[in-house]
Amino acid sequence: MKPQRLWHVGRERWGALRARRSRATRAAPSVPPSRISAADLADEALAGLFARPGRTTLTVIATVFGLAALVATLGLTRTASNRIIGRFDELAATQIIVSSKQAVQDAPTNEMPWDAPARLKRLNGVVAAGNLSKVDVRGALISTSPVSDPQGQTDLKLAVHAASPDLFTTIRAELGAGRLIDEGQSRRADRVVVLGVNAAARLGITDLDRLPAIRIGDELFLVTGIVTDVARKHEVLSAAIMPEGTARGLYGLKSPETVVIETRIGATKLISQQAALALRPDRPSGLKVAAPSEQPRVRDRVRSDLSLLFVLLGGVSLLVGAIGIANVTLVSVMERTGEIGLRRALGATRRQIALQFLLESSAMGFAGGVAGASLGTLVVVGVSAAQTWTPVLDPITPFVIPLVGAVTGLLAGSYPALRAARMEPVEALQAGT
Amino acid sequence: MADQPPRPLIELRDVSRRYSVDPEVYGVRGVHLVVDRGEWLSIVGPSGSGKSTLLNIVGCLDQQTAGSYRFNGVDVAALRDEERAGLRSRGIGFVFQSFHLLATRSVIENVMIAEAYRDGPRRGRRERARAVLEKVGLGHRADYLPPRLSGGERQRAAIARALLGSPQILLCDEPTGNLDSANTATCLELFDEIHRQGMTIVVITHDPGVAARARRQVRMIDGVLSEA
Repeated sequence: MKPQRLWHVGRERWGALRARRSRATRAAPSVPPSRISAADLADEALAGLFARPGRTTLTVIATVFGLAALVATLGLTRTASNRIIGRFDELAATQIIVSSKQAVQDAPTNEMPWDAPARLKRLNGVVAAGNLSKVDVRGALISTSPVSDPQGQTDLKLAVHAASPDLFTTIRAELGAGRLIDEGQSRRADRVVVLGVNAAARLGITDLDRLPAIRIGDELFLVTGIVTDVARKHEVLSAAIMPEGTARGLYGLKSPETVVIETRIGATKLISQQAALALRPDRPSGLKVAAPSEQPRVRDRVRSDLSLLFVLLGGVSLLVGAIGIANVTLVSVMERTGEIGLRRALGATRRQIALQFLLESSAMGFAGGVAGASLGTLVVVGVSAAQTWTPVLDPITPFVIPLVGAVTGLLAGSYPALRAARMEPVEALQAGT
Repeated sequence: MADQPPRPLIELRDVSRRYSVDPEVYGVRGVHLVVDRGEWLSIVGPSGSGKSTLLNIVGCLDQQTAGSYRFNGVDVAALRDEERAGLRSRGIGFVFQSFHLLATRSVIENVMIAEAYRDGPRRGRRERARAVLEKVGLGHRADYLPPRLSGGERQRAAIARALLGSPQILLCDEPTGNLDSANTATCLELFDEIHRQGMTIVVITHDPGVAARARRQVRMIDGVLSEA
């Protein structure tokens, strides 16, 4: 309601103003003022530019380089900082490891619950979680054969881990052969192991076709799978991994040693606050939560110092470009004195003359902006391709840069346009042909 | 209003154009000049006599420092800059000694520029320009660039530009000054034809032959006008 009223008031005022103006002009018999349509003005300005294509191109080049440097700097800064974050992503930015603290004497135990993964998966932001514990095999050596070969080493000292079935998704294990540990094996305390690829190589196991088995001390385990790669917790590649239930039964594992959590990007801070409470609501302080530190920000600052230098460089080239446009437009105004006189004779006002030259210089700046944004984007893509980075560029940049160029051209053209507008038609007509 | 005698198109009363005060330098002094619609007037006189100054005042490119000038009954001195420009764009066509054609635009585009400052419709502009070019006998050169034309052809292109949109008066400043006798003759025939169709023409010249073609001559000496 209210804005509508304001609008009416505005209209009335405007109407009154127009009435006053028309009364003032009516004192003399009215003559319609000279008018030029936007399309005609654009036509004339473009024709002025294309009259000397070579010179126009050369003039635009400095602007192109300035703006290209600006775009490339912005793009490469973003690309480089994105690369750092990208690496953190893979390794640590989404990883939390919870372990129990050493229990103080006479205090309640700090044991982790066996169902830790299930408890954690209820938290919003947790992608996967799984238990991983070292198994104390009391110094037992591991071998593939019951016979000791006096010539070579057959009994190896290998790490033995116990894992809950969900651990393998959490560490993004890639299975080379066989199958991973499942819930049933854990419940039944089956004597099975999954070998990390390095452990398998040391034991001389390359495939599972002949149903290989290993001995840990005197206990025999069937090898059911070989893990070839993991994204985190690389130590498991050199270990034998048995189901948690088996470790409890045979080696007296009391509780999971650590829980590995993968969170959604950006959720580590929240989850690290919630995890201990979810696992041990009675005694959250007994657990140690290791979340990634906020290091990338420091690096960002270092890089932004460097990019400031490039932005300055781009700014200087842009300034050089602007001076170039100003210079050429001024020369062009002087050369086209006769044309200016003619246009005045044909009915152009000073304002229309100024507008034409402003439009010409802005168009040069705009063209420089379009070419510069394209060139800068190409540089970002090219450098990224050479470095095998993912090119990142703010999507607004390629659209804003031509506007920056146009404004630069507008400012550069303002003095020459003023000079053109100030010319007296009679003198302009005499001066030029 | 309707039964009043028709107003003259150009009415100069005691018009002077002073360039500086000390010493006093005049372009024109106390000029009385009335040009009726459909007249063909030539202004003759030696160079520096103030012919061009007078023409520039009549063409609203310059303003008198004293006296009054009415164009079609309108007091030009009372108009704003934009309105005088409007008067030029709609009412006046100029023809210059040096043609003033834009070298990088084709002949037809040079003619079309005349309509740009009139805010007229863009549609049909090329056709209108072509029609005027046909009228001055230059239809076959429409897409040529001016530097490839002969002097006579260039001046006809300039006349076509001046005629586009049918102005009320054609002001020509030494139109034949850069032309040989053959082209001068063609140009004058063109003026004859335009004049027959009712156009008011004012021609500045120092060529008696050109001046003689006009129906009326005035002489200008040292800024003072006298009927010849």
